[in-house]
Amino acid sequence: MVLTRLIAKRLFGALVTLWFVTVLIFLAVECLPGDAAEALLGKDATPVAVENLRAELHLNDPPVERYVGWLGRVAVGDLGKSLTTNRPIAPMLATRLSNTLFLAATAAAIAVPLAIILGLVSALYRGTRLDRVISVLSLASISFPEFFVGYILLVVFALNLGWFPVLSGINPDMGLGEQLHRIVLPALTLVCLVLAYMMRMTRAAVINVLSNPYIEMAELKGCSRREIIVRHAFVNAVGPVANVVALSLAYLVVGVVVVEVVFTYPGLGQWMVDSVSKQDILVVQICGLIFGATYIGLNLTADIVAVLFNPKLRHPR
Amino acid sequence: MTSGFGKGFEGLGLTGDIGRRQLLKAGAAVGLGIGASALLPGASAFAAEVPKKGGRLKLGLAGGQTTNTLDQARGGFGSPVERTINYTLYNTLVEIAPNGQAVPEIAESWDIGPGAKSWVFNIRKGVTFHNGKEMTADDVVHSLRRHMGADTKSGAAGLLKEIESIEKVDKHQVRVQHATGNADLHYILSDYHLAIVPAETTTVDGVGTGGYVLQTYEPGVRFVAKRNPNYWKEGRAHVDEVEFVVVNDDAARLSALQSGEVHGINRLDPKTVALLGRAPGLRIINSAGTAYYVINMRADRAPFDNKDLRLALKYAINREQMLDRLLRGYGTVGNDHPIAKSMPFFDAKLPQRTQDLDKAKFHFKKSGHSGALDLRTSTAAFSSAIDMAVLLKMQAAEAGIDINVVREPQDGYWENVWRSKEFMISYWTGRAVPDQIFTTAYYSKAAWNDTHWRNDSFDSLLLAARTELDNAKRAGMYAEMQAIMQDDSGAIVPMFNNFLDGMRDAVKGDLTASNMELAGCRIAERCWLA
Repeated sequence: MVLTRLIAKRLFGALVTLWFVTVLIFLAVECLPGDAAEALLGKDATPVAVENLRAELHLNDPPVERYVGWLGRVAVGDLGKSLTTNRPIAPMLATRLSNTLFLAATAAAIAVPLAIILGLVSALYRGTRLDRVISVLSLASISFPEFFVGYILLVVFALNLGWFPVLSGINPDMGLGEQLHRIVLPALTLVCLVLAYMMRMTRAAVINVLSNPYIEMAELKGCSRREIIVRHAFVNAVGPVANVVALSLAYLVVGVVVVEVVFTYPGLGQWMVDSVSKQDILVVQICGLIFGATYIGLNLTADIVAVLFNPKLRHPR
Repeated sequence: MTSGFGKGFEGLGLTGDIGRRQLLKAGAAVGLGIGASALLPGASAFAAEVPKKGGRLKLGLAGGQTTNTLDQARGGFGSPVERTINYTLYNTLVEIAPNGQAVPEIAESWDIGPGAKSWVFNIRKGVTFHNGKEMTADDVVHSLRRHMGADTKSGAAGLLKEIESIEKVDKHQVRVQHATGNADLHYILSDYHLAIVPAETTTVDGVGTGGYVLQTYEPGVRFVAKRNPNYWKEGRAHVDEVEFVVVNDDAARLSALQSGEVHGINRLDPKTVALLGRAPGLRIINSAGTAYYVINMRADRAPFDNKDLRLALKYAINREQMLDRLLRGYGTVGNDHPIAKSMPFFDAKLPQRTQDLDKAKFHFKKSGHSGALDLRTSTAAFSSAIDMAVLLKMQAAEAGIDINVVREPQDGYWENVWRSKEFMISYWTGRAVPDQIFTTAYYSKAAWNDTHWRNDSFDSLLLAARTELDNAKRAGMYAEMQAIMQDDSGAIVPMFNNFLDGMRDAVKGDLTASNMELAGCRIAERCWLA
């Protein structure tokens, strides 16, 4: 019951937030100097061509009218055509989004279990050499900017060893096996980026729980250290861990434009950057919506997971 | 978690669109040049080999964006990838041969009327579009007219501004009427915007008369085309299939070439070319072109309305050092006018201007100017534009001229700095013939006269040369104009930059061109695979 109400409340909040996101993006693009017609024509711009293009793109309509019109169309599922290419947005979005999700899911499938296991091991062997090695390695990997990690992986595994391709771009003609082979390096880069946060948070949360009296009780009862951590401590640490996992996953979806460029991977990020530079507001809005929805959705999931694992949260006083 | 994002973003040159100026400028750029192309040793041997049919050519190209389109008349068309795709699928009336000459393509031949006002183009017979339709004069008229008129959005509108009419004479003849006459009209008609498309289609979707038929196109990502079995041009289009992958990141593009994932790439960084040259299995296509870097001084307002100040800076600059430091020698020294050595009517007798600190000091003193000069620069112009400004500051300091380097953001550089600030760094992709670049950028009434320079004898020579059909007289006029520019204009032209492509040895054929990169963007039909 509490859960249903929580979900309903959060979904409503999500809609409001998303709407706010679209208003913000719209205003931001409006504030950019020039408009799509000028950005497109650039130095080719003759006054006549700019006016013609503006008229075709409806850029002369008042901003409020354009925004409301767009909102109405999107609400009924009509994403419209790109201002710059005149192609329908929906199929492009489908390709880009599925590419982004494919890469994010692959990276997450490696990073999440690995981070949690390493976090538990660190907590279990706290203060030992193993703990320190894990900490140093994961912190080092996160301290390098992603393009640096990407280039290092490229040089070692693609150029010198030749195990993986330099260009990670996938297309529907490839089988799943080849697609996976192609995205190993970008996925590894992303793993390096998000691993440390999740690992450190797991370790900290578990250690935090370990200081509770009931853990002492379990120890006195004669439970093994491993059993205490896995059965008693981790379950109570799931809340904060779920939160940081959600944030990391969201990052994998929305924050990977640099990795996309280094590995030439056609995801949402590059699409959005290109569209911002050409002020293709329709595409920018849709990307913003997707990114906003990703954050909200994953956070909601994290909250639900926390509630499921922690009965206390189900009965708020 | 976003640490490093900003840095990475910038380091990768992502913020502005890549090759933005090319894309923007390309509109009026017939972007062609004439004449000699420098080749690395050994390249001449390729001409002797017999082209082999078949194979699949895969290129990794810089300068593509998800906002790209196939429609030549859509505003902003002309990024390097768009141009290369364009010449893979389409033909134009006139082709620029590797030696820079305008040669027949869809137009079999042409007749020039008196004063170069009325041109009749004879359209090639027996050419079909990819959809099987026969190509006729109607298609040619349609293909040119859609870039003209009140409702066009085409970047070529300015290029065709002075064309009065384009009329069909009969099924295989088209008459083009020029308002004032232009002896170089055929060069204009080789522009990539003016590809021949079928007349009755409303959307341009890749159906042309070119050597390859479109299979897959995802803008900014990937392009695949198969050989056109009915291609009319003999001795061209040898490979069975071509694939272009957009790789905007310099390091990734180079890696893809080294690992052999692609046969070739464009836009090599001059700084890494020396290293690449040592790698086995690769060759570098080094084409001397008409593109140049330029330092603009606004000649119509203080402080640069003072000719002595302009001359002081022209004498203060060490062009050789700039060429060496910025391009590692992959270019040629400029002489403060836009005519490259490879272009017709280049005046070899005009003395090369070199650094002369005494003259610089003399003119600086005579100008009476004091205080620092703000020099605006941005990587929006070209990747080493900041370095160029800093180098210029150091060189000018030797002559006692104080320059303050102002770094401008990439966004809005062309809107807010170019043509408006007094002292800034810019570039031009160059043009095939002197008339085009003079008319575009230095004629006092030109919209893109970015130095706001006005010289009446230069203007009148320009108009007279345009309709002068006697080449000797024309050469004399253009020589005089080059001298006027060198002495008086607001443009400092330190160097012309070369086009640098990297190819694996398997890619054969003469792939140099002075007009554009990648064999004039016609690599698909000019190369073959060993």
